[in-house]
Amino acid sequence: MRISRELRATYAFVGRQFNLVKRYFNWEVVFLFYSVINALTIGLIGVTQGPEAVLYLTVGALLWGFLSVLFHEVGESVSWERWEGTIEYTFMAPIRRLTHLGWMCIFAIIYGTIRTGIILAVVAFFFGISLKGANLGSGLLVLVCSSLAFIGLGLMAAVLPLLSPERGSQATHILQGLILLVSGVYYEIDVLPAWLKPLSVISPATYTLKAARAALLEGMSITALGPEMVRLIVIGIILIPLGLFIFNLGERYAMRSGKLARNG
Amino acid sequence: MEPALVCSAVSKKFKEDAGGRKPGEKWWRGLRPKKKILYAVREVSFEVPRGQIFGILGPNGSGKSTLIRIISTLLIPDNGRVFIFGHDVMEKRLLVRRMINRVSVEAAFFKKLSSYENLIYAARLYDLNAAQARNRSREILERLGFPEKKIYTPMENLSRGLQQKVAVARALLTSPVLLLLDEPTTGLDPKSKRDVQNFILEVQREHDTTIILTTHDMEEAEKLCRRLAIIEDGGFVALDTPANLKDSLASQNGGEATLEDVFFALTGKGWEEAQKDAD
Repeated sequence: MRISRELRATYAFVGRQFNLVKRYFNWEVVFLFYSVINALTIGLIGVTQGPEAVLYLTVGALLWGFLSVLFHEVGESVSWERWEGTIEYTFMAPIRRLTHLGWMCIFAIIYGTIRTGIILAVVAFFFGISLKGANLGSGLLVLVCSSLAFIGLGLMAAVLPLLSPERGSQATHILQGLILLVSGVYYEIDVLPAWLKPLSVISPATYTLKAARAALLEGMSITALGPEMVRLIVIGIILIPLGLFIFNLGERYAMRSGKLARNG
Repeated sequence: MEPALVCSAVSKKFKEDAGGRKPGEKWWRGLRPKKKILYAVREVSFEVPRGQIFGILGPNGSGKSTLIRIISTLLIPDNGRVFIFGHDVMEKRLLVRRMINRVSVEAAFFKKLSSYENLIYAARLYDLNAAQARNRSREILERLGFPEKKIYTPMENLSRGLQQKVAVARALLTSPVLLLLDEPTTGLDPKSKRDVQNFILEVQREHDTTIILTTHDMEEAEKLCRRLAIIEDGGFVALDTPANLKDSLASQNGGEATLEDVFFALTGKGWEEAQKDAD
């Protein structure tokens, strides 16, 4: 009974999010258009350096697009509800926080995968990229494994607007920017200054990009990608419970300080 | 019989910004604004038996909403405890959340979604399926005089009165045994106000629901509440039936007394003055 209750609640969140996508459909089209153009312009930078560079850059743009959506949907879920004014209603619903946040994450993965698929199709058509040599199965698995780690990070980021309604959302963007800088999205991490390199080692996006490029550019199999996948899964296994724990602490703090109710 | 609600010496204070940057003050001082302590609820104790409409009457900023948030598990009190049908709201939060629902003064909805989509979302959170939710919400909205054709209209295109009717429907959809109504009729036109008030009475009568109602409308308090607490600066200054509150003052002064007279006698402030202080 308890499981069915939690499952119904999960449907509430996923259904709500898809309804919101429907209602904001024009904006969805605009954001998708912008993401496509962004991926194309980044790919075009590589045209003068050869087809490999185009692929290298577009894979970076596609993956960063996917991870950004994931991070944004989870990390901004609290800010979004605060803006809508529904945060108290959702937080006083009789469901576990794991259910609430877990299914926000599932929605983010489904939504991010659909968006990335559309962008990939347009980019492949535009550059005449053949995906014959790519191992799409491995690529998809990389997305799934890296999702775990990014969900953990997203949960930690989602707590920031609970701690500080005004500055939490700003901090989330700074965190996202840092990940973009250190993870080798558009360049090898070797080019980073030595003092930034330790951050690239702890960023899950570094391993995601490495594994995704190996799968899509070199056609590497899941077995060959084993060590990277294991690393991503381990990071996910650590970050998800840690993220939930931190979120619970943040929620208690917000309930103590009255910050759930504040707008801004 | 076990009381529906017990509040025992509940207190809550907040840290608030002491004010903006003064002219000439360095800009970086504004990054860490000075804080002042605000005592929102002070040592409040009361009990509400099952099936009663209990009113909390006070001007804006007197602590009504803070108290409702504590009862609805959204705020942790600094001191004191709250029990709903014997369950501590902090220790048995999930269980308590299944027993309660709340209508807040501001419409808390996804503005782009229709009332139907908002109600379905709420129903699923409370373990109702879409068919149950559809039937119950239609029934409740009809009784509240909500036009059926507007059920698929985005919330942002509905009037404040209609939005509040959806909020009442959402709260009742889940059949709560304790219903928390935080100024449910504020800002409503007279007809919508009457519709909501009559529905509150009907729900209490038919379902024996315990209702905690906060208001700054004295007529509403008198019309709906079996017992009434008057709150000022976070503390209860009186608690009795509306008739007893007026009679006790009338017997002291001779003649007739209104709730406004009672408020003045207890706080030394006129009602309008108290509202202005809050603003």
